[in-house]
Amino acid sequence: MATNANNVNELDNREPADAIKPSENGANTPVQHITGVGGGVTGDSTDYIMRVQNLKKYFPVRGGVLQRVVGQVKAVDGVNFDVRRGETLGLVGESGCGKTTVGRTVLRLLNPTGGNVLFEGRDLTTLNAGEMKKTRRNMQIIFQDPYSSLDPRVPIGQSVGEGLLIHGFSREEREQTVRDMLKRVGLHPEHARRYPHEFSGGQRQRIGIARALTMHPSFIVADEPVSALDVSIQSQVLNILKDLQQEFKLTYLFIAHNLSVVEHISDRVGVMYLGKMAELADRDELFNNPRHPYTQALLSAIPIPDPRIRRDRIILKGDVPSPLNPPSGCRFHTRCWLAQQICSDQEPEWRDIGSENATAHPHLVACHFAEQTKVKGLANEIKEQLGTDTKV
Amino acid sequence: MQNTNDSATSMKPDLANDGAAGSVKADPTSGGAGASNDDLLRVEGLKTYFYTEDGIVKAVDGIDFSLKRGEVLGIAGESGCGKSVTSLTIMRLISQPGKIVAGHIWFDGKDLATATEDEMTKIRGNRISMIFQQPTSCLNPVFKVGDQIVEVLKVHKRMSDRAAKDRAVELLTMVGIPSAKKRYDSYPHEMSGGMCQRVMIAMGLANEPELLIADEPTTALDVTIQAQILELMKALKKDINTAIILITHDLGVMAEMAERMVIMYAGKVVEQTDTNSLFESPKHPYTQGLLASIPVLGQVRDRLEVIPGTVPSLRNLPPGCRFAARCPRQMPICVDEEPDLLKVHGRSVRCWLYHPAIDPDPTACADQTLDKLNTYRQTQQEPPAAAAK
Repeated sequence: MATNANNVNELDNREPADAIKPSENGANTPVQHITGVGGGVTGDSTDYIMRVQNLKKYFPVRGGVLQRVVGQVKAVDGVNFDVRRGETLGLVGESGCGKTTVGRTVLRLLNPTGGNVLFEGRDLTTLNAGEMKKTRRNMQIIFQDPYSSLDPRVPIGQSVGEGLLIHGFSREEREQTVRDMLKRVGLHPEHARRYPHEFSGGQRQRIGIARALTMHPSFIVADEPVSALDVSIQSQVLNILKDLQQEFKLTYLFIAHNLSVVEHISDRVGVMYLGKMAELADRDELFNNPRHPYTQALLSAIPIPDPRIRRDRIILKGDVPSPLNPPSGCRFHTRCWLAQQICSDQEPEWRDIGSENATAHPHLVACHFAEQTKVKGLANEIKEQLGTDTKV
Repeated sequence: MQNTNDSATSMKPDLANDGAAGSVKADPTSGGAGASNDDLLRVEGLKTYFYTEDGIVKAVDGIDFSLKRGEVLGIAGESGCGKSVTSLTIMRLISQPGKIVAGHIWFDGKDLATATEDEMTKIRGNRISMIFQQPTSCLNPVFKVGDQIVEVLKVHKRMSDRAAKDRAVELLTMVGIPSAKKRYDSYPHEMSGGMCQRVMIAMGLANEPELLIADEPTTALDVTIQAQILELMKALKKDINTAIILITHDLGVMAEMAERMVIMYAGKVVEQTDTNSLFESPKHPYTQGLLASIPVLGQVRDRLEVIPGTVPSLRNLPPGCRFAARCPRQMPICVDEEPDLLKVHGRSVRCWLYHPAIDPDPTACADQTLDKLNTYRQTQQEPPAAAAK
């Protein structure tokens, strides 16, 4: 690589020597680093970095001459989940399902309409501005669009170090941290003086990651961090995120619409539909034993890059209903092939149906018929078709 | 009218075409030889450059591929590899400062690279049509969707208003739009992205074209809607037997839809083969890296493979192989000389590793390799490129 030893090459050359190799004990052992996993929902609060209870965020719709509120977009409508310390919780769903709103509301970048967000045991919704500012040091966000999330008129070093400035660090400390962080994400420290337009999309996303890390947060919301990137760059950024998680003991709330990416990076995965959580379970449990019909449809819709695999696809009818006027009962009943009378009358309870593998993590699902919806898991399906185990 | 509607239907004069026609040498004798019997489309040595203030951008730099009637050909590659410019060039929709610099586009015996604008107008939307990535911005927001389909029909066929309208409703029904008669009067903003894409497909297929170019048709859509559209395209292909050029960066969509695939990198074709063998045993190091770097559903890996570095700038391309700087199997010759599209077991690969005169040994001395190559060139003809089969 002597001809073109740019920064990215350097990073990749360095990787094998790095001590922060991901766990050798295989991909099949999620949440190794979680200690004392109890009965899940009732567990001791030290296990959880964040607990979200009945979170709601409505956006008013104004109309008429007087701009009165004529309706409400229920972007997030009663969502419950916990985030364990050190894990990656993936949040998937189609556009308009409210996953981005969840990400912003748990950081209080948007003020919730209802519900609680407990971060490190403190309810963020009750904090005043000063307390919130202090808490924000521990929570950060990585944005989707690396083009619009950096100020084009300031050098990137300034953007990366802005958090440090706000929190009153000295100039030397700022410059040192910025240099360290840029190096850590695979850029040259000298790049701090350059402007965003001098960088490619992948490099900008690295800058966004460096910016999020300068305050040494414990919790990061990654909102579609790789969906604007090309596939070969995507894998670079995903690997960096995994490395940094090990190094800095980070907890991620990883929001994405690409299920393959979410499966790769997450320990647990939640599926959202129209402002509600449909299903939440360990990664392998969710992908191999999906119980909510929507999860099943979503999984069957993903084209697999292997022409030998032919899957029976569940084709959903129609489009996602408007969150302005969501369907009664279960919100998925208008497109569900299993829907019965009860689905439109009664909203299904968010309940634990028990995990199939023995991880003792709850398998939460909101479906009246979750016990009767067992399907052949994805891994089994592929295994059957190819006659081999596909774990690489 | 919005530009995309124009592209599919009407007669916006295209500034670039004058220049393009002038710069390509029309060779009347090769007209018959260019198109073999069952090839619907054959692209030969096509180059499209953009003459910008900052230099020449070689967006498409000498590509060859062919397409049979009724075949689905996939073109894959990352952004900036020239896949969209290729499709726009085939439709002759490249405008200033872009130009077709060299090459031929044989479509059913006719070279589109030198066709006049009038001829192109007769072909576009009629014999070749195109669907685009952003369905919502490609439909004209101030006209009813039904009327936009009627326009496509009436430009190319003599049809009464009534007959055209009936046909439009029929098309809307065919692409699975519920209560099509009512939806005829809808405006694009009243429809979702998936619905708009269905309208685009209805418009593209209105005149039952021989070739449909689909440029990232499902990229802007959600996965469940993508599944609907892919199933629709498969079903329609069976009915109408249209050849499809499918352009996408999603290798999953590719594996499902395409029969043959072309992988592009920085304006060049690096590999061309049938879909099964491509996924089974990719030959070019770039294809190998690409397949290894995507997370695959149901196949969890601890770590993704990485292609280091980034795509070279199309303004300032390296003299040798364009992938050399990122290639894990780089040899000295790769930096100095660009490989041809080599024939390897019935597939084409642009990589020195598969050249008969080259020892794929990374320790081989550069001078020796060059000597060997020169001797080989003197004794034999160059291995035939893919297009010359």
